[in-house]
Amino acid sequence: MPQTITTPEPVPAGAADQPVVVFDNVSITFETRPVLDGVSFTVQPGETRIILGPAGCGKSVLMKLANGLLRPDAGSIRVFGHQINTMPDRELYSLRAHIGMVFQESALFDSLSVEDNVAYRLHEEHVPEADAHERVVEALKFVELEQAIAKFPPELSGGMRRRVSIARAIISKPSLILYDSPTAGLDPITSTTIIELVVKQRDVSHTTSLLITHRLQDAFTLATHRYNSMTGHMELIPNGGIDPGMRFLVLNEGRVVFDGTTHELVHTSDPWLRDYLS
Amino acid sequence: MAFPLENFAKKKVAAVQDYSILAWHAIASLFSAPRYWADVITQMDSIGFGSLPIIILTGFFTGCVLALQSATSLKEFGAITMTGKLVSLSMVKELGPVLTGLMVSGRNSSGMASELGSMKVTEQIDAMRALGTDPIRKLVTPRLYATVFMLCFLTILADAFGIGGGALVSIGLLGLNSSAYFHTTYQALYYADIVQGLVKPLFSGFIIATVGCYFGLNTKGGTQGVGRATTQAVVVASVFIIVVDLLVTRLMIGIFGR
Repeated sequence: MPQTITTPEPVPAGAADQPVVVFDNVSITFETRPVLDGVSFTVQPGETRIILGPAGCGKSVLMKLANGLLRPDAGSIRVFGHQINTMPDRELYSLRAHIGMVFQESALFDSLSVEDNVAYRLHEEHVPEADAHERVVEALKFVELEQAIAKFPPELSGGMRRRVSIARAIISKPSLILYDSPTAGLDPITSTTIIELVVKQRDVSHTTSLLITHRLQDAFTLATHRYNSMTGHMELIPNGGIDPGMRFLVLNEGRVVFDGTTHELVHTSDPWLRDYLS
Repeated sequence: MAFPLENFAKKKVAAVQDYSILAWHAIASLFSAPRYWADVITQMDSIGFGSLPIIILTGFFTGCVLALQSATSLKEFGAITMTGKLVSLSMVKELGPVLTGLMVSGRNSSGMASELGSMKVTEQIDAMRALGTDPIRKLVTPRLYATVFMLCFLTILADAFGIGGGALVSIGLLGLNSSAYFHTTYQALYYADIVQGLVKPLFSGFIIATVGCYFGLNTKGGTQGVGRATTQAVVVASVFIIVVDLLVTRLMIGIFGR
């Protein structure tokens, strides 16, 4: 059976059955301000990890650390079994072929068309133009944006840019997807569209993912909904069910204040957490 | 008050270190795959061909002014026929390379700093890294080699148009004999002068590209930061070009004796 856009590439050698992401006592300081302080958590294959926390608590920094875009001052980070905090840049660039990332402000290349943005990685890998075009169309169909293939990022709305960013992240069939606040700054309807795409990607491909969000509503939508391939839309999991692959990580002032399942989060007795969730 | 001074010194040393690493990485990237030849050609077109009008105009009018000014002084000594010699030596050894460097710096250091700076503040540089592309290899190396290569040709054009401008003024306004002008121009130039004039653009090109890209890639603080990086890139590159010009001139005189 041919691979589709949603089928993840095999994970890098030596990583089978291992946790996909492992943060062990990771700390990082900017200037004199500690941003993350002793953060530890593990993400298992197929898991969707939601990262919550107030603004400025270090969520985006954590995401950049997970992709090797920043290096920690202390602690170790393992991705697919490889210790990335000491990995040479050249090896890191190869490893990133298995990681897709959706940036907070989309970070599309504004001088390239939607097609060239989405095909960027394929062009870097010298994939023949006809194959690249076919895969771009497939990825854009996945995010329901194939009509925008010839447009340029400044011509797109915020929600469309975010969808192109998702298409760019998934085109290489990554084994890990990092979503850095994919719904930030979007209206509620567009946010739901983006979350629906995340649910679709999760349920169709079972790709391991980390997702930052400020909107608790989005986090709980992810936990309580599933993708119905028959209707092509997400729907509530029957009988008050919760997606078993979802786990939460809550940060506050650079420290982990919660690491557990949806059920554990909603039944927490921690006063700060209860206050934050309310 | 030692603490702020110490911090300032540390920042400057770190900046020199970062600049050196960037420059070395940009040079070394050409010697291993992947290489972005298409980007090199695009940059050569943008930096080289795009700078043609300002370089031709600058060279031409500098040659005109040089002939006009030197003829006035030379006339006092009865040596007005030496105008061509003075124009050619000044253009080829000094004004051609330096003015070309400064003009290209004003046009392209600023362009590189603002383009890369905008990409930095909109996370496009991070996106590039996340997509598995080394931004130095993709963005800096093509600009570096394209600038160094094209600046040599731009300097030759500036020299030629400067001598042409000098000829126009000398023959058209001052009434000098055209064959005498071109004869003294040709006779004045030695191999060492040409070498000196063509070594300088190598250094200027290196400075223009690395300084522009360094300030672009280290942009902080949104659109205001992009503006600041652009200004800093032009100022620093221009000053570096003049300082390095002095050092190269001294070195060349030491080697060739003229």
